[in-house]
Amino acid sequence: MPVIEARGLVKSYGDLNAVDGIDFEVAGGESFGLLGPNGAGKSTTMRMIGGTSLRSAGTLTVLGLDPETHGPEVRANLGVIPQQDNLDSELRCRDNLITYGRYFGLPRSHLEQRADALLEFAQLTEKANDKVDNLSGGMKRRLTIARGLINEPRILLLDEPTTGLDPQARHILWDRLFRLKEEGVTLVVTTHFMDEAEQLCDRLVVMDHGRIVAEGSPAQLIRQYSTREVLEVRFGSERNAAVVEQLDGIAERLEVLPDRILLYAADGEATLDRVTSLGLQPLTSLVRRSSLEDVFLRLTGRSLID
Amino acid sequence: MTEDTRPALAVADSNRLAYSGGGVPASAQARRARRWGWWLYAEYRLASMRAYLQTIALRAIGLPLLYLSSMGLGLGALVDSGAGGVDGVSYLVFVGPGLLVSCIVMEASGEFTFPVMSGFKWQKHYFAASASPLSPSQVALGEVVAVGLRFVVESAVFWGFLLLYGAITAPSSWLMIVIAPLAALAFGAPLLAFAATQNDEGFQFSFIQRFVVMPMFLFAGTFFPLAAMPPYLQWIGWVSPMWHGTQLARVVGYGMPNPPWLTALHVLVLLVLLVGGTWLATRVFTRRLTR
Repeated sequence: MPVIEARGLVKSYGDLNAVDGIDFEVAGGESFGLLGPNGAGKSTTMRMIGGTSLRSAGTLTVLGLDPETHGPEVRANLGVIPQQDNLDSELRCRDNLITYGRYFGLPRSHLEQRADALLEFAQLTEKANDKVDNLSGGMKRRLTIARGLINEPRILLLDEPTTGLDPQARHILWDRLFRLKEEGVTLVVTTHFMDEAEQLCDRLVVMDHGRIVAEGSPAQLIRQYSTREVLEVRFGSERNAAVVEQLDGIAERLEVLPDRILLYAADGEATLDRVTSLGLQPLTSLVRRSSLEDVFLRLTGRSLID
Repeated sequence: MTEDTRPALAVADSNRLAYSGGGVPASAQARRARRWGWWLYAEYRLASMRAYLQTIALRAIGLPLLYLSSMGLGLGALVDSGAGGVDGVSYLVFVGPGLLVSCIVMEASGEFTFPVMSGFKWQKHYFAASASPLSPSQVALGEVVAVGLRFVVESAVFWGFLLLYGAITAPSSWLMIVIAPLAALAFGAPLLAFAATQNDEGFQFSFIQRFVVMPMFLFAGTFFPLAAMPPYLQWIGWVSPMWHGTQLARVVGYGMPNPPWLTALHVLVLLVLLVGGTWLATRVFTRRLTR
């Protein structure tokens, strides 16, 4: 039985449907992603799961309960990591965890133990008695995740978990999330980063303008909507458009971006050979594996990050 | 609800993060939150006051010292020598309860403005709380309870100073410790509801400070009986929680003669404002935290 089940889920603000009739299920222990650009309706969907945004239509159950009528019961099972850290910057790290744990009615003695274990997990033991103001962005993010775990939730909702973090901080965070997944926590992740979705998600839905435009595992989506490899060539912004006609037909599909041309093909090197055999000399060329970025481009005609 | 299928661990293992086996089941967490959520939030709010505890302490001790010395003793000497006191008692005895109530009411304009803006906008701790089992109404109520407790402590300190200064003549004067927070919340709860509707920091809070709080302090019978003012200004007293609170504090402080129906009316006005304001605040919080 799925731990989260949505049918025809709609959220409208006036005339705008931020979420426009989506269906999805999340199985227990799964790591499920909502991928899409800003404004696609991902965060709104997350808030509806926690019952902190009221849906306009459709049905939604979390652990078999309606979050709108059983908010406390549902949220006692959730760990929520919002897009923007909302820690209390005046309180010390450890006190942030303990005061938050009190919201769940957990006894203080239990929370003190648990806060120490979570600080260790978040690699913040040495910062336990520092005020949150003194932490780096990555540390704050990890503390927010630790706070989300204070009630031993069955489902963790992570809204853009690594936005704004440097690469090293992102990898530390992903590693922590893997550990949680190994312990059987269900992860629901929104992101507009393709690499993050590929790293974290067993399965994902691609959202655009409040609708689901594709669903599957990262590998399935790439297989279905893209080619194995991609050749990226640049001829300089003036010439890109001019050479497009000449490139017609030498790859399965072609995308012209302002700064480069993407050629989709099973064999990128062979495609590059064909480009040069036409007498074209790109300024730079790069052969890479297809990613979810390409899937998104194919599905929506737009890049994820404008 | 689907049952928690995670296996019971033979031994509670606190190193396991997702499920230590030693915690409280989610259903029990939810039950506690449904019942005690308002208090659980108040606990947090009291803990957060530790960050400005020094300011609170300084004001709690400094304000009575300043006001009682300057108004009570300084101005009082002048009034007593000229008019022979007010309302049949010395000016210190007359003004003391008024100063206590006004000071506590004025503290409400600090606690129910910028911290509320912070909860919704800067630190967003209201959103953090609403992601837990707490409901938005409980958060609003907890806010009122926590600030009310702060006011009880401050009122007790102020009352202690009244004793020290010899401004107390009736044994029932300790009731001021309840009356002042009641008056402060009668002003503060509607202010909380208003502050919760504000999305941006503008001049609205300093406007309230200058054009609501200050006139209330000057014209709501703190320094002289309302009847001493021209009739066309007396309405300021009637609409001010500060005046209703001050009158009650004088009744218990030195036995100010007051018809019982009027005393009851003072209590009623304060209760209506407190309950109505809190109810409004829960509505605004709910609307804003469940968009």
